[in-house]
Amino acid sequence: MKQSLSNSATTAVASPPFWRDEGKRAIFFQIAALLCAGGVSYYLFTNTQANLARQSIATGFSFLNREASFEIGESLISYSASDTYFRALLVGALNTLQVAFFGIILTTILGSLVGIARLSSNWLVSKVATSFIEVMQNIPILLQLFFWYAIFYESFPSPRQALNPVKGVFLCNRGLIFAVPESHPAYTSMGIAFILILVAGWFLNRWGHKRQELTGKPLPALRMTAGAAIILPLLIWFLYGSPTAMSIPELRGFNFSGGLTVSPEFASLLLGLVLYTSAFVAEVVRAGIQSIGRGQIEAAMAIGLKPGQVLQLVIFPQALRVIIPPLTSQMLNLTKNSSLAVAIGYADFVAVTNTTINQTGQAIEGVAMIMVVYLFFSLSTSAFMNWYNKRMALVER
Amino acid sequence: MSTATKAKRERLKPPITNVGVIGWLKTNLFNTWYNSLLTVLILAMLGWLIPPLIRWAFIDSLWNSSAQACRDIDGACWSIIPHNIKFIFLGFFPSGQEWRPILAMILLLGLVIYSKDLSRWKKSLAWMWLVNIIVMGTLMYGGIFGLPVVETSQWSGLPLTLTLSFFGMVVAYPFGVLLALGRRSKMPAIKTMSVVYIEMIRGVPLISLLFMSSVMFPLFLPEGVTIDKVLRALVAIILFTAAYIAEVVRGGLQAMPRGQYEAADSLGLNYNQTMRLIILPQALKIVIPPTVGILLSAFKDTSLVVIIALYDVLKTTMVTLSNPNWTGYSTEAYIFLAILYFIFCYAMSSYSRKLEKDLHTGH
Repeated sequence: MKQSLSNSATTAVASPPFWRDEGKRAIFFQIAALLCAGGVSYYLFTNTQANLARQSIATGFSFLNREASFEIGESLISYSASDTYFRALLVGALNTLQVAFFGIILTTILGSLVGIARLSSNWLVSKVATSFIEVMQNIPILLQLFFWYAIFYESFPSPRQALNPVKGVFLCNRGLIFAVPESHPAYTSMGIAFILILVAGWFLNRWGHKRQELTGKPLPALRMTAGAAIILPLLIWFLYGSPTAMSIPELRGFNFSGGLTVSPEFASLLLGLVLYTSAFVAEVVRAGIQSIGRGQIEAAMAIGLKPGQVLQLVIFPQALRVIIPPLTSQMLNLTKNSSLAVAIGYADFVAVTNTTINQTGQAIEGVAMIMVVYLFFSLSTSAFMNWYNKRMALVER
Repeated sequence: MSTATKAKRERLKPPITNVGVIGWLKTNLFNTWYNSLLTVLILAMLGWLIPPLIRWAFIDSLWNSSAQACRDIDGACWSIIPHNIKFIFLGFFPSGQEWRPILAMILLLGLVIYSKDLSRWKKSLAWMWLVNIIVMGTLMYGGIFGLPVVETSQWSGLPLTLTLSFFGMVVAYPFGVLLALGRRSKMPAIKTMSVVYIEMIRGVPLISLLFMSSVMFPLFLPEGVTIDKVLRALVAIILFTAAYIAEVVRGGLQAMPRGQYEAADSLGLNYNQTMRLIILPQALKIVIPPTVGILLSAFKDTSLVVIIALYDVLKTTMVTLSNPNWTGYSTEAYIFLAILYFIFCYAMSSYSRKLEKDLHTGH
C-alpha cells in the first residue's frame, strides 16, 4: 500500500535532480567535510613528519624511561633528579591532584558561605559578599596568582624574622610552617575507624529510610553517625595512651626544621584558585537557593515539618538539583586553572611537562599528554554528571 | 467634642525607632540577635583591616617620586606607575610612533561606546566597524601613507591585549555559531566532528592550546614557512573561545520552539533561509547575556599569553618589576593592573546585565 503510494507520487511528480535532493546533498556535504578534514590532517601530518626527520627528533614515548635530571621542589612521593621522566610526570600529576583536592574542598565551603551571605537580610553582610564576588570575578586569575605570590615573596619577612601569629605557626617568605602531631600508630587506626564509621553510617541511613517507609518510624542516622565518628576515634586515642607529642617547627640556621611546611608556591596557588573560583561558586549557590519557590517552604511548614526538616527534606534536595551541575563545571574549571601553576613555579603536571618538553624536544608527545590527562578528568566528570542527572532528574507525571 | 475627634483622627506618626536612620539600621543590620552579632563582627574586622590599608595606600605613600625616595617610606610606592606608564601600556612599540596605538585604542573605545545603544544596531554600524578595523590595522601595522612598518613582534602592552581579545572574540563568534549548527545537524559525520571538537577543546586548559601554538605549530608548517607568534597565540585563543561560544549558542538553538522550524518549513524556506531569517536571529538574541560572559572570560584569559612569553600588559608590568630600580613594588603594580582589568570587566558585565533587561521583550 505504502509502496504503491510513493510510486504513484514519483510518477506524478518527477523526482528532483540530484542537486536538489536533500538526502543526496547531505551525503555530498558530509563526504566533502570529511575530505576537507582528512586533507588538512594529512597535510599537517606529512609536514610534521618532514620537520621531525629534518630536526632528527625521534617520536614516541621511549623518552619516558630516560633520566629526568631535574629537581622538583615538592612531591608527595620520593623523587630525585636521577629518577625517570615518567616518575617526574607522576609527581607532577599527583601535585595537580593535591591542589585540586584541597581547592575543591575549600572552594565549596567558602563559595557556599559567600553565596548564602549574599542573600542575607543583613545589609552589611550581603554588601561585603557582593563586593567580594565582583572583585574576584573581574580580575584575571593569573594576575591574582602573581599578586599572592608577590605578597609571599616581597611582603613577608625572612625565616629569622618570621611572623608568629599563633604559637607553633610561622609565616615567612619560605611559606607557612606549622606544628603537627608527631606520627604515631594511633592516628592511622583513628583514620581507619573514621572512614569505616562513615561507610557504616551510609548503610545505616539507607536502612533507616527503608524502615521509615515501611513502619513510619524515623531513624536519626545522621546524628548517630556523627556521634560515633567523634567518639570512636577519641576512644582509640585514649586506648593508645593518648599520645600528645608534637613536631614543632624550630629555626635552624636559615630555615625551619620540623613541623609541616606549605610552600609559598602551593599556598599562593591554592589561595588564588580558591578565592577566584569561590566567587563563581557563590553565584551558583545563590541561584540554586533562589530557584526554590517560597510556596515550597510555606507548604513544608504547613504540613508541620520543623525548620531543620524543611531544610533537609525540602530545600536541600531541590536546590542541589540546580546547584550540582554548574558546581561540577566550576570544580573542573578550578582543576584546569591549576595548570597556571607553571607561571609561579609550582611543579604541577603542566609545569613538569613543560620542563620535559624543553629538555627533550618532544613537543608533540608532551602537549598530547597534557591534553589526554585533562580530557580524562573532564570526561570522567561529565560521565559522572550524566549519571547524576539521570538519577536526580525530576520524575513528573 | 469636635476638636477631640479631630485630634483622635490625626494620624499617629510611626515610632522614631522605625523610620529614618535608626529604623534602617534596625531592619537591615540589627533585626535579629545573630544579625547584630554578625554586624558587630564585620565592623570590627573592617575596623581592623581598613585603617592600616588606608595608611599604606594614601597617607604613607608616594605618588610621583624617584625610585630612591620610595626606599625610605613604609607606605605604597605608586610612583612606579607614572614612571613606567608608557612601557606598561605600549611596551616595545617604536618610540616616536606612540601616537598610532594610542589613536587606534581611542578609535576602538569610541566605537565601543557608540555601539552601546541598542537603537544604533543597524547595518551602518557594521560598516563603521569594518572601516574602523581597517583604519586601526593600518595605524598599528603601517606600511602605507608613509607610516613605517611595525612588526607584530613589537606590538605589546595594552594594544596587544586588546588585539588578542578583540580579534579573538570577533573571529571566534561566527566559528562558534557554525560549530553549534554543526552539533545540531542531522548529518552524522558533521555532527560527530563538531561534538568531538567542542568536547575536546572544552576539556583541556587554554594553556595547553597556547603551548601547542608555541611549540607544535612550527612543526605543522612546511619548511621555510613561519607564522609569527602573535598570530599563533591568536589562533589558539580563537579555537578555544569558539568551542565555548558554540555551547552557549547551542543552548539558544535548543530553546527555540519546534513551531518556529515548522512555520519556516511551511513557508517553503530552505535550511539556509530558515537559519538566517528565522532561527538564528532569535536564538542569538536570547543568548546575548551568556555570550558576553564568554567574551568576558576570553578577555581575562588573554593574560595567559604571558606564559608563552608574549608581551601583553601583564608581561610589560612584570618586565617593569624586574628593573632593579623598581623591584619590590609588585603589590602596587599588580593593584594598578587589577583596577584596570576590573574597570574593563565590570563595564562589560554590567552592560550584559543591562542588555538582558533591554532585550527581555517578554512573551
